[in-house]
Amino acid sequence: MAAPRRLTYGQAISEATVQCMEADPSIFVAGIGVDDFKGIFGTTLEAHRRFGDARVFDIPNGENAMTGIAIGAAAVGKRPLIVHPRNDFMFLCMDQLANLAAKWRYMFANGTGVPIVLRGIVGRGWGQGATHSQSLQAMFAHFPGLHVGLPATPADAKGLLVSALRGTAPVVLLENRALYEHEGEVPEGLEAVPFGKGAVTRPGKDITIVGVSLMAYEALRAAQLLAEQGVDAEVVDLRSVRPLDEEIILRSLRKTGRLVVADTSWALCGVSAEVAAVAAEKGFASLKAPVRRVTPPDSPAPVSKPLEDAFHPNPLTIARACLDVLKAGGASAKGVADVQATFAGPY
Amino acid sequence: MTSDLRRRLLQDMIRIRRTEETLADLYPSQEMRTPTHFSIGQEAVAVGVCAALERGDAIYSGHRCHAHYLAKGGDLDAMVAELYGKETGCARGRGGSVHLSDPAAGVLASSAILGQTMAVAVGTALAFAMDRLPRVAVCFFGDGTVEEGIFHEALNFAVVKKVPVLFVCENNGYSTHTRLDVRQPAGVTIQARAAAYGMPSQAVDGNDVFAVYEAAAAAVAGCRRGAGPAFLECATYRWREHVGPLWDHDKGYRTKAEVDAWVARCPIQAATRRLIADGACTQADVDAMTGGSQAEVDRAVAAAKAAPFPAVEDLTLGTY
Repeated sequence: MAAPRRLTYGQAISEATVQCMEADPSIFVAGIGVDDFKGIFGTTLEAHRRFGDARVFDIPNGENAMTGIAIGAAAVGKRPLIVHPRNDFMFLCMDQLANLAAKWRYMFANGTGVPIVLRGIVGRGWGQGATHSQSLQAMFAHFPGLHVGLPATPADAKGLLVSALRGTAPVVLLENRALYEHEGEVPEGLEAVPFGKGAVTRPGKDITIVGVSLMAYEALRAAQLLAEQGVDAEVVDLRSVRPLDEEIILRSLRKTGRLVVADTSWALCGVSAEVAAVAAEKGFASLKAPVRRVTPPDSPAPVSKPLEDAFHPNPLTIARACLDVLKAGGASAKGVADVQATFAGPY
Repeated sequence: MTSDLRRRLLQDMIRIRRTEETLADLYPSQEMRTPTHFSIGQEAVAVGVCAALERGDAIYSGHRCHAHYLAKGGDLDAMVAELYGKETGCARGRGGSVHLSDPAAGVLASSAILGQTMAVAVGTALAFAMDRLPRVAVCFFGDGTVEEGIFHEALNFAVVKKVPVLFVCENNGYSTHTRLDVRQPAGVTIQARAAAYGMPSQAVDGNDVFAVYEAAAAAVAGCRRGAGPAFLECATYRWREHVGPLWDHDKGYRTKAEVDAWVARCPIQAATRRLIADGACTQADVDAMTGGSQAEVDRAVAAAKAAPFPAVEDLTLGTY
């Protein structure tokens, strides 16, 4: 048994890409800048070095067409992996993605599918502003036919990409830039993390915090703060939002009776709303208190640092919401540093 | 062109016309409950282009897809059953008239969203090129699609990456009820705009099936030998309403004189006259083609009517 091996989130994505491409010659990587010297924050450098321009190539601008091109290649047996350095550009993919890829298997019903994989990176923080720091999981998750994953750990970043590149559904993977340098244990082999399966990343008995993407990480830090206050929080990392692991939410709710949901995106019609709806519709009898959501406020993301700091949920706001639900007092700010405080940019 | 090939082109057009006129006659009975865009009057483009293709080549279409599907060899029974919403339909009653496909025949997809399949055809051509297969992908679309951003994205990518795709624009002069001259610049043709991207581009009489075939065959040969994409603009005309089975020259957006002039230029009548004049076939041959096609579509309609609807418990089946 090899000793546990640690990789960063970015390294884990790179490794999954290379190993999957070795195993499956039908996989190719395309996107703006995937073959340049930066290689999408390093995630496509090794694949390009190993497999060359034939399988890792730059493309013209034109996100809508590129999504369609991926679909057309997948329709005849390719497995395209398309990378978007900022997921905000994926609004331009939505016709092809929502109107065609998501519906292909159902509306043609001829036994074919188009298993394209789109990676989109969320640029949250360091003044990325209104059009470079959104996190679009709610929009993607709306459409039947897609799988939508948001890895919060290096192991899940690798495992969900492995699942995506082996599966039959079109996939959107949203990666948060703020997680890229995080290290964690990552299996050396091709171990798939299935879509639709969350993980309990911290067991607890007093309250459940459901988080997604960066908020799954921030929820763990919130749980540490709460522990200092004598509160034992359970943390659930959804890992994917379509399919949504309803059972892991309900199981935790049955255990704790209290639910806080933290999301990187807005509350209205968002993933946090969906989780709250699951609790209301299927877990009402377990609820000892109203559900609380911790999300960005109802505005676009700002640039100026004090505004940005106030915009994004953080461990303190999550912990405070938990204490509100528990009808306890306020949490101390001790030890809470924004996850980005040490980062000097540029992204 | 051999006489056999020329007769086949006529036969294929007659088969599509008999199919669509039969369906148009039956449409008001409310048994086909799906928005249907008939290709009546435009058959020569589909038939001329598809005759230049091999079975392993791929085609994509838009909302007006019946003629393309049939010309490429899509299963007639499955198409008719799809319009009737039956489990035996090519999309098992999930797709309808605008989402026809038959992968075994190389009809990979049709879509109701303008321009969507242009990029998809480019992707299929890219895959063919990556695998060094001597295959071509074709996308059929209308003049309305030229106004979409994806038209330009798809042409740009195809030229830059030199993929074997043939773009076929069926210019019927209208986007729904809006004339071309209020939608696009008058001084530069669609064909010229495509040529400006740096690919071979040709305008052809879309009601002359032999001319379409000759142009498509030359373009496809270029694609197949690795010369990159090509573009055909085919001038043609839709006889019936944009969607549905009726004539609509009384609705004010076009004149009866305009419709009559194009009906007088019927691609099937024109091809028939030429083949008879050349001695390549007789009126009796044409009557036999017509009768045979009518019998075939009548059988397809009867089979579709007799077929079962999809089971309601299978409503969500196939989403993943």
